[in-house]
Amino acid sequence: MAEVNWVALTVFVLLFAFVSWLGFAAARWRKGDLDQLHEWGLGGRRFGTLITWFLVGGDLYTAYTFIAVPALAFGAGAIAFFAVPYTVVIYPLLFLVFRRIWYVCNKHNYITAGDFVRGRFDNRWLALAVTVTGIVATMPYIALQLVGIQVVVGALGVGGEGLLGDLPLIIAFLVLAAFTYSSGLRAPASIAIVKDVLIYITALAAIIIIPMQIGGFGKIFAAVPPQKLLLAVPGPNSTGAYSAYATLALGSALALFLYPHSLTAVLSASSGAAIKRNAALLPGYTFMLGLLALLGFFVIASGVHDMPAFHAGFARFGNNFAVPALLLQSFPSWFVGVAFAAIGIGALVPAAIMSIAAANLYTRNIHREFINKNPTGKQEAQMAKLVSLVVKVGALVFILFVPTKYAIQLQLLGGIWIIQTLPAVMIGAYTRWFNAWALLVGWAVGTIAGTWMAIATNLATSYPLELGGHTFPGYTAVYTVILNLGLAIVLTPLFNALSRQPQRDATLPADYHA
Amino acid sequence: MKNAERKRGGWSWWYLLFVVQFLVALWPPLYNKAEPYFYGIPFFYWFQLLWVLVCAVLTAAVYWGTKE
Repeated sequence: MAEVNWVALTVFVLLFAFVSWLGFAAARWRKGDLDQLHEWGLGGRRFGTLITWFLVGGDLYTAYTFIAVPALAFGAGAIAFFAVPYTVVIYPLLFLVFRRIWYVCNKHNYITAGDFVRGRFDNRWLALAVTVTGIVATMPYIALQLVGIQVVVGALGVGGEGLLGDLPLIIAFLVLAAFTYSSGLRAPASIAIVKDVLIYITALAAIIIIPMQIGGFGKIFAAVPPQKLLLAVPGPNSTGAYSAYATLALGSALALFLYPHSLTAVLSASSGAAIKRNAALLPGYTFMLGLLALLGFFVIASGVHDMPAFHAGFARFGNNFAVPALLLQSFPSWFVGVAFAAIGIGALVPAAIMSIAAANLYTRNIHREFINKNPTGKQEAQMAKLVSLVVKVGALVFILFVPTKYAIQLQLLGGIWIIQTLPAVMIGAYTRWFNAWALLVGWAVGTIAGTWMAIATNLATSYPLELGGHTFPGYTAVYTVILNLGLAIVLTPLFNALSRQPQRDATLPADYHA
Repeated sequence: MKNAERKRGGWSWWYLLFVVQFLVALWPPLYNKAEPYFYGIPFFYWFQLLWVLVCAVLTAAVYWGTKE
């Protein structure tokens, strides 16, 4: 690997040290009793519009996104821009569906999707299915955040082969684990502010300065091969890249707020109005993500992938090295330090929230439901803190000893799995019509079919569905959740007829709005 | 009371603005073209970025329109 870039490294380490201090200091911010789960795990539900904006933005637009989306644009072209319609579609869902969920969770002190499903459908097994899906889908996502740190640390010239080379990553993660343990959700909420400011500065600088260096946008797009510039126009009898693009955006959007870490950030808001306002304000991040996606084309035009200085980086990290290489080539060392810190810190925020969300799920919907039914508040908070440690160590071990490509593949599968909780959680926010057992069967069939389809297509995201001589390539998650929902609708009257138990519901219609 | 509740919990015509956002964003044939360029950026890219801003404005309109 190239030699160490001392100036960039110094700036990087200073910024990292600052946010680490901030993470520990956050325990005293809007002080609450951290021995209560809703204080540790939801920041006491006290974040207003602005903090929620930083927290949700820092949570959803992860370091991995900033590395992987431009890398996809660099490698595959226009399809990478699906990230834009994807993050357009999520905010109406936030406005309508997740505001209702916020109200009902606030009213009943629900902390997880499992809590809500348990109360709504009075079925612990359905709640368990939602919980396990959430935890399993989150784990590889945490591991992927580490890839973000690995790439920028490698690009700084630090490390190399073996366990010693992973030392910076291990240190970063121990610090992350420690401040998450002591401060809970307050830590990522405060760090998110620093992270987002750094990311916005980096994105703006890159989008203005790099095109000036290369000679304008016209020159950049002229360097992009024509087959990468636009989506391929579909041939006869197929909806081709169009349906793949649209379903990828739609399915990813439907899945996003079902992830435990998204819901954790939503539930930490102090009011339903704060959520509504954020639905209009959060597209600010989408706009930035779209600009960052264009960096993939800057990479093509700048020619960094052919420069000898970056050969080792591309060989080690593949296309994920595209953005770091571009930044190294285009900016002075001190600013490279700022930009890399933005990406590295950008990994800490979601990783912390994800581990907190997984810990909340285990504590509430597995431990309390099946092991210790009457914990004190203190026992509950203590259990969640411990689980957050276990989850993070698990992710670290995974990334150190398992090839990165498995983490990426598991994360792709995770999207297909988490969307199977849509009927119970999102539609459950509107109606108690479904029979809980019918939902459980739909979930199981959707999960199995989705996994099978993904493996059958070699983990390509889109599945070529054949109907009446036509081919509809589309995101597996969308096809399988339709199957899931259809089954739940058909089986509900059947199960209702078979069962003599009354359908109980702990929530009232008035609980779902102001 | 009943009327106010229906207004808050149920359908509002303002939500049609969300439908517009979805339809345009999820219909690639509409924007999968290079022409017209804007400062050298193909239509496919600048249109979708512009649409992000339009959606933010539309969502703000729904927010004000449905405010109690």
